Amino acid sequence: MEKTIRFHLNEKPLEVSCPVHWTLLELIRDRLGLTGTKGGCREGECGTCTVIVDGRNVNSCMMLAVDVAGRSVTTVEGLERNGELHPLQKAFIAKGAIQCGFCTPGMLMSAKALLDANPRPSRSEIRKALSGNLCRCTGYEKIFEAIESVGAGEIFDVDDGVWQAIEQVQKPRD
Amino acid sequence: MKPFDYYEPTSIGEACSLLGELGPAASLLAGGTDLVVRMKRGVSEPVGVINLKTIPGSNEIALEGGNVRIGALTRLADLAVSPLIRAKLPALALGADSVGTPQIRNLATLGGNLCNASPCADTAPALLVSEASLQISGRQGTRQESIASFFLAPGKTTLSAGEIVTAIIVPVPSLLTVQTFIKLGPRKSGDISVVNTAVSLSFDGGRCARARIALGSVAPTPLRARETEAWIEGQEASSIDAAEAGRRAAEEVRPISDLRGSQEYRKEMVSVLTERALSSLLQKL
Ligand SMILES: Cc1cc2nc3c(=O)[nH]c(=O)nc-3n(C[C@H](O)[C@H](O)[C@H](O)COP(=O)(O)OP(=O)(O)OC[C@H]3O[C@@H](n4cnc5c(N)ncnc54)[C@H](O)[C@@H]3O)c2cc1C
Ligand code: FES
Ligand code: FES
Repeated sequence: MEKTIRFHLNEKPLEVSCPVHWTLLELIRDRLGLTGTKGGCREGECGTCTVIVDGRNVNSCMMLAVDVAGRSVTTVEGLERNGELHPLQKAFIAKGAIQCGFCTPGMLMSAKALLDANPRPSRSEIRKALSGNLCRCTGYEKIFEAIESVGAGEIFDVDDGVWQAIEQVQKPRD
Repeated sequence: MKPFDYYEPTSIGEACSLLGELGPAASLLAGGTDLVVRMKRGVSEPVGVINLKTIPGSNEIALEGGNVRIGALTRLADLAVSPLIRAKLPALALGADSVGTPQIRNLATLGGNLCNASPCADTAPALLVSEASLQISGRQGTRQESIASFFLAPGKTTLSAGEIVTAIIVPVPSLLTVQTFIKLGPRKSGDISVVNTAVSLSFDGGRCARARIALGSVAPTPLRARETEAWIEGQEASSIDAAEAGRRAAEEVRPISDLRGSQEYRKEMVSVLTERALSSLLQKL
């Protein structure tokens, strides 16, 4: 059984038909081709599939796609503005909050949902808000720092600051 | 997931008739955080899925007379932050806030947590200590059932074919009442309870007039430690021995050993959690 649904995806209205037994994750990745959102456990445990629906972060692997009819969905692709990264994305790069990057889209979406509701969260509020997102690489500390830095209004200019720093680190020592 | 037919009723009446027509081959969908996992694993293979979220007004929290009425489709995240729930039924706010992860709580509903009938459902102990009841609609009309008799076994409730839980009715305590909820799990987030407990104590002039202790994950259904409650009642707040109450509560449970904990460990933890919950409440007085 297929159903046609209308909803907003990354602020653009969209009409799409999909099987009613598809999850939102399947719709986003397999039909709409937005592969920024990842599928990990697909059982609600890891959070890498996190998207924002009507302002709340949810596991897109746990939701039927038909459930977003009439609602507004934001995926990681919806973060940048006019080709410029979102402050959270810049901060993640600058603070070294990304290693393999598999958890990053989900981390960013949970962080965005938090900052939209609470622009200056405390460290414990950040920890709680991200408690549904697992990371196997970073040890979380850098991720918390990145989110804190955005809350504190520090903006990182990726083009001149961070990349030069990375190049220097990577240069072999004499 | 296996394909299914999908329905979006717009009233409880319509949902009940759909459920009646389709029979046991149909599943009700609330937040889906239990059902979708079961469908993915092939444990549930419904022919029809009836989405309850398309019924308007089924997710409201309201004070009605001496009761708080919580629509069955209320999301756990909303319950956890509701000023009314936090003020009047703090154990329920804590229980709701301890389920799964933030993303799960943004989807999961109170009705789903109860109808799933897991012995470790984290909202059940708080509702047991508050002596809540469920409003249930079926094709024959509506009925009300106490939460104390609602759970029959893991995954089984007294809901009969075609019945839907529409609301949870919780009496607001009238005496001076303190409540709490504690969950023990391997991780702070995203794990289900090895043992959970809710305690509610009501006082009348320094004496405990009503003690309620509920425990989860320690028997086929969440249960009350009734003998321990009776032992506490009538005592002066200052003379209640929390450690002794914990030992008594441990004698009332019938846990099993499974991958999350052994029978012995669970019994010991019932004692520890009950003591902790009681002492933290007694300190607040
Ligand atoms: C990663 C993860 C972590 C979890 N952690 C916890 C945890 O820590 N603690 C905990 O208690 N649970 C946990 N759960 C289980 C689940 O999230 C909760 O039980 C949740 O409250 C279920 O609600 P739902 O609305 O999503 O239910 P659904 O999946 O929609 O429904 C559950 C069952 O109840 C039936 N049902 C739902 N609503 C009604 C109704 N109104 N009337 C009649 N029948 C109904 C459905 O048909 C289905 O059989 C976890 C789940 C996941 C995936
Ligand atoms: S893929 Fe959805 S939580 Fe892991
Ligand atoms: S960066 Fe690899 S999982 Fe988080």
